[in-house]
Amino acid sequence: MFSGFMTNAWIVATMVAVVAGVVGLFVVLRGDAFPAHAIPNGAFAGAAGAALIGANELLGLGVFAVAAALTIGWLGRRGRHDVVTALALVMMLALGAAFLSHTTEYSQEIFSLLFGEVLGVSTTALAPVALLGAGCLIAVGALYRPLLLSSSLPDVAAARGVHNHLIEMAFLVILALATAMTVPVVGSLLIFSLMVGPPAAARVLASRPSRAITLSVAIALLTAWFSIASSYWSNWPIGFFVGVYSAAVYGVAKGGALLHARLRAPTPVLAVSAAA
Amino acid sequence: MSWLFEPGFFSSAQVHTALIIGGVTAVVSASIGVFTVIRGQSFAGHALTDTAATGGSAAVLVSINPLVGFLAGAVLGAGAMEAVGVRHVRSRDLATGIVLGASIGLASLFLYLTTTTTATTGATQEILFGSIFVTAPSTVPVVIVFGVLAVLVVAAGFRPLLLTSIDPDLAAASGLRVGVVELAYMAALAFAVGLSSIAVGAILSTALLIGPAATALRLTKRIVAAVALAAGLGVATTWLGILVAYDSADWGAGHDTLPVSFCIVGLVFVLYLVSGLAFRVSEGARAARRSPSRPGAAPRMSSGSS
Repeated sequence: MFSGFMTNAWIVATMVAVVAGVVGLFVVLRGDAFPAHAIPNGAFAGAAGAALIGANELLGLGVFAVAAALTIGWLGRRGRHDVVTALALVMMLALGAAFLSHTTEYSQEIFSLLFGEVLGVSTTALAPVALLGAGCLIAVGALYRPLLLSSSLPDVAAARGVHNHLIEMAFLVILALATAMTVPVVGSLLIFSLMVGPPAAARVLASRPSRAITLSVAIALLTAWFSIASSYWSNWPIGFFVGVYSAAVYGVAKGGALLHARLRAPTPVLAVSAAA
Repeated sequence: MSWLFEPGFFSSAQVHTALIIGGVTAVVSASIGVFTVIRGQSFAGHALTDTAATGGSAAVLVSINPLVGFLAGAVLGAGAMEAVGVRHVRSRDLATGIVLGASIGLASLFLYLTTTTTATTGATQEILFGSIFVTAPSTVPVVIVFGVLAVLVVAAGFRPLLLTSIDPDLAAASGLRVGVVELAYMAALAFAVGLSSIAVGAILSTALLIGPAATALRLTKRIVAAVALAAGLGVATTWLGILVAYDSADWGAGHDTLPVSFCIVGLVFVLYLVSGLAFRVSEGARAARRSPSRPGAAPRMSSGSS
């Protein structure tokens, strides 16, 4: 399980999980789950477009992911954020469908981008993933304080001179980079699970930001590792395990927190609302 | 007229089915979509297409009628979101995300099992992208019946639904059972989305649910007018998109057709952008009338968007 072609899978899944754990915590804090779902799907259209004109797949992914992020951020200034995200998402998917209808011979390969092929990662694919991942982590580190403030207390952040909208744009671009790095590995549909489930669980369990980030990365790593092992033993797609484990880990954390609060406090109603 | 309507447009049975299904779906989606947009539930509306597709892929795997699978998937998904979800808007997004992630995971398993056991590779594309041109005519009556049911549910609960959508606290204070109204609305949404995603595909389902409704809400503030306008815009974009897709078979050297979903979504998207411009111009004019001293001052249109 740890030899030969599996080595790359473990390395790449570890890098993806670390980035998803860090970026995902801010996705959860900011309530950006919808863009986190939309941007990877937009990126999928980019891969289809790149296949059509014979360009580099990763480049196509990156360009489309960043374009989707900027569209959502720019149109979302006015108008409704969720409406704009939904429309950008369907526009990207429709473009992807149009590209695909012209490149039938590649369609099988492109569908693997939807669901991921972590077990088939080549050694040459490791370097760009590592580079993009490091870029994401550095960007989050550089923006850490304003990002945290505008995520948890947007009004206070605005009063202190933080440009919430610029931060939102910057964060969406970070999300896009994380997407471009992870799509070829876990597939566009499942990065999303890794960015939502483990960080949401971490947020239930820890209230201090630094502790929540550590916990989020730890849970994401465990989820990714267990998924690879399960996929290896059962031969079922890794996406299934990532999706189900991510949801389960949140369910367990939330259930545990509710139970803990109920056992502790004499007035259950208040305790539950405080924990929620 | 042949420059506008390619020969065979009106005699093709496929086109007839597409026009009927597209029209019904557009009306149902748009009228429910107005509430989806007001409530800020676009994410849930979109996520239900994915849970419906999960149900559809499960149905293909155990070879029962996909329609049953799509509807069951959407209803179960809506139920799961309500079960996980909390009232607060941000946690509702999270609940949607958690359910969506699990559902996509399940879908990937079902599709994998289907392709390995039955060797039907077309299933993936069909379920994810479904096309209005390949809908079986036998689906038409089902779509119409359930579509009418969903619209009736919304019409019957129109006033309470509107109140809970705009101000849940006021609705609760005035004695409405907000939870019941929400549950009924989610059920209607689930039915509408489940049907439209099997009839016109997941992409178009979200586009028709959100696009015309959001456009209409920018152009009028009156709710009944917004519903009517959204339905009209939805039908117009759908039919025009079908026409463009049909005509596109004759464009270009390769005679490649544009996918119909691309044509309709493109029109919906452009319409939304244009309505934004129109909205800004009319708001600007109103502001100029109110304060002639500052003609260029555009008012902030949505609270808390800064």
